[in-house]
Amino acid sequence: MQTIQDKIGHFPRQLEDESIYILREVAAQFERPALLFSGGKDSITLVRLAQKAFFPGKIPFPLVHIDTGHNFPETIEFRDWLAKETGAELIVRYVQDSINQGKATEESGKYASRNVLQTVTLLDTIEEFKFDACIGGARRDEEKARAKERIFSVRDDFGQWDAKRQRPELFDMLNGRIAVGENVRVFPISNWTELDVWNYIKEEKMEIPSIYYSHQRQVIERDGMLWADSEYLNKEADEIPFEATVRFRTVGDMTCTAAVASDAIDIDVIIEEILSAEISERGARIDDKRSEAAMEKRKQQGYF
Amino acid sequence: MDILRIATAGSVDDGKSTLIGRLLYETNSITKDKIEALETASKRKGLDFLDLSLLTDGLIAEREQGITIDVAHIYFSTPTRKYIIADTPGHVEYTRNMVTGASNVKVSLILVDARQGVVEQTARHLSIAAMLRIPKVIICVNKMDLVQYQESTFNAIKDSLAELVAQTTFEGQEISFLPISSLYGENITQKASEMPWFSGNTLLGELEAFEYASTLAHAPARFPVQFVVRPMTEAYHDYRGYAGKISSGTFQVGDAIRVLPTGQESTIATIEKFESKLSQAIAGDSVTITLTTDIDISRGNTLVLASEDQPPQLKDFSAQICWLDHTALSPGKTYLLQHGINITKAKISQITERLDVSTQSATEGVSNLQLNEIGTIALRTAQPISADKYAANPSNGAFILIDEFTNSTVGVGFVK
Repeated sequence: MQTIQDKIGHFPRQLEDESIYILREVAAQFERPALLFSGGKDSITLVRLAQKAFFPGKIPFPLVHIDTGHNFPETIEFRDWLAKETGAELIVRYVQDSINQGKATEESGKYASRNVLQTVTLLDTIEEFKFDACIGGARRDEEKARAKERIFSVRDDFGQWDAKRQRPELFDMLNGRIAVGENVRVFPISNWTELDVWNYIKEEKMEIPSIYYSHQRQVIERDGMLWADSEYLNKEADEIPFEATVRFRTVGDMTCTAAVASDAIDIDVIIEEILSAEISERGARIDDKRSEAAMEKRKQQGYF
Repeated sequence: MDILRIATAGSVDDGKSTLIGRLLYETNSITKDKIEALETASKRKGLDFLDLSLLTDGLIAEREQGITIDVAHIYFSTPTRKYIIADTPGHVEYTRNMVTGASNVKVSLILVDARQGVVEQTARHLSIAAMLRIPKVIICVNKMDLVQYQESTFNAIKDSLAELVAQTTFEGQEISFLPISSLYGENITQKASEMPWFSGNTLLGELEAFEYASTLAHAPARFPVQFVVRPMTEAYHDYRGYAGKISSGTFQVGDAIRVLPTGQESTIATIEKFESKLSQAIAGDSVTITLTTDIDISRGNTLVLASEDQPPQLKDFSAQICWLDHTALSPGKTYLLQHGINITKAKISQITERLDVSTQSATEGVSNLQLNEIGTIALRTAQPISADKYAANPSNGAFILIDEFTNSTVGVGFVK
């Protein structure tokens, strides 16, 4: 029988070397960098890379989590465990606080989520700690606006991305010079694909939140997708929750990430599933379906 | 698994994005939801075929204007290797984005519209491929369907480029010609049924077969120190490790090293990669090196082997330059020069010449270099840089110029 490695080969280690190089540049070029941690597999991969980059020293920047309040409890549990395990400093800021302060307004309707709102909290957090570089786990293969972004992506003091003002980025030379108030979003795993991440998690034997694996869950069906039932989901009368065997392919908020029916209980099966999947990873991100330019518009507003 | 990085180049409307769309489509690298989104978007534009360029033109402005403005990075794999394609803009105005996309690649695909033949952008892109020393260039004569797949048209384009190719190519560079139709998938992953006269490989066939000798691993060893690791913990009280990515050559435990620019010498005690200790590491490896003696080394220093050729300490030198900013390069101005990870001030003393990319002839006595122009300059740095000639060791011979006031990257240079 063909093994996973026969099908997809070994993880290209060159990618790890390049990402570690980028993380070391961040630590050296900036005064107050932070790693934006979402609890998803991409930011978990970043934490692993940061551990390697500075070993035997500790990760020289904090992990920052913008908690929407709509996170899966499993993600929060995992976040706290990982911070403890790595000894990294963890900073958590809450979207609920931004709402309470009147800076953000809860969306209404059945598609309401806090995905857009978290930008407000993120920008406030950047200002509070004067972060000059924020490391994120975005990958260029996820979405076509992301495919256009540089590794060092300069944002103005409102966090906005201007696609036309992007700096040329040549060879591996990273120019992180900025004016006061500006900051840089850094994407060390830009060139990794979804499969690369899974292959890396497999080879490194990394722990990931349990919701990536198959489990029983109450869901509703909406627009041909399975939505996790929770107190935060605005359901219509005919949307009756039922139990299904599912897993999550990408982990965002409970209100904007769809589940897939799956029996995958280990990474090999997950990789098999992705190889034969008919829809892309972000196909399960309800936030991206809002329009063709949903991601670019959010980025202009200061999103990750 | 190895990675092959490729860039596409060509003029506007030569069909670069369509070519990439076709490659993805035929290697089953597009999922159903993306094809469905493509169908919807194509219909909305009033097209009766799948507009594969919509896959990569990710910005609103690009879709509005139907052109590529910035580099998109696209990924696909075959059982042989992982491919990263930089889909670069064809418009002259966006040449700087094209250079960005092409700076890391091993193969450049230059598209030529079979109806138009060779245009100025073809010459520019060949020049840039030569300037960056890209080891393989495939000139794809696209839209062969619109010239009835005639061999004579293909040959005429090949002939008209012969002189330019001879002028720009360097020793070791492979240049080949390929007749294709991206729209109908002729010679992309499958042999063209419409062009039996062409006996060469398909595009994917050429990419799969391409083997580049890893010259960097055999070049003299260079290790720029990025970060000094000093945990100061109980367990690692006196630990001092130098973290960085080896830019060329090979380092082994026990090797005698010299630190540049200080000239201090020591011996490699360990080469570490996270928890594992290695006996040697080569170009491209991100490692942490410890030495047998305590010497003063900081970020920006370069470790080299004491037994090998060492890079000169350059302060006054000449370089080829490609200008990337709307504000022209003018002599006398001071910029920040970033060589690898090292930054120093640099003053442009003179623009020696400007290159005409169409004819490859040089004009002397020019007063400035405009956006996208290529020339040769003389410059002087505040601190010496430990750089090799770009042609001899590309990983240690390039630099960027940064505007001190806007912080923008305004030029890329190659030490001559």
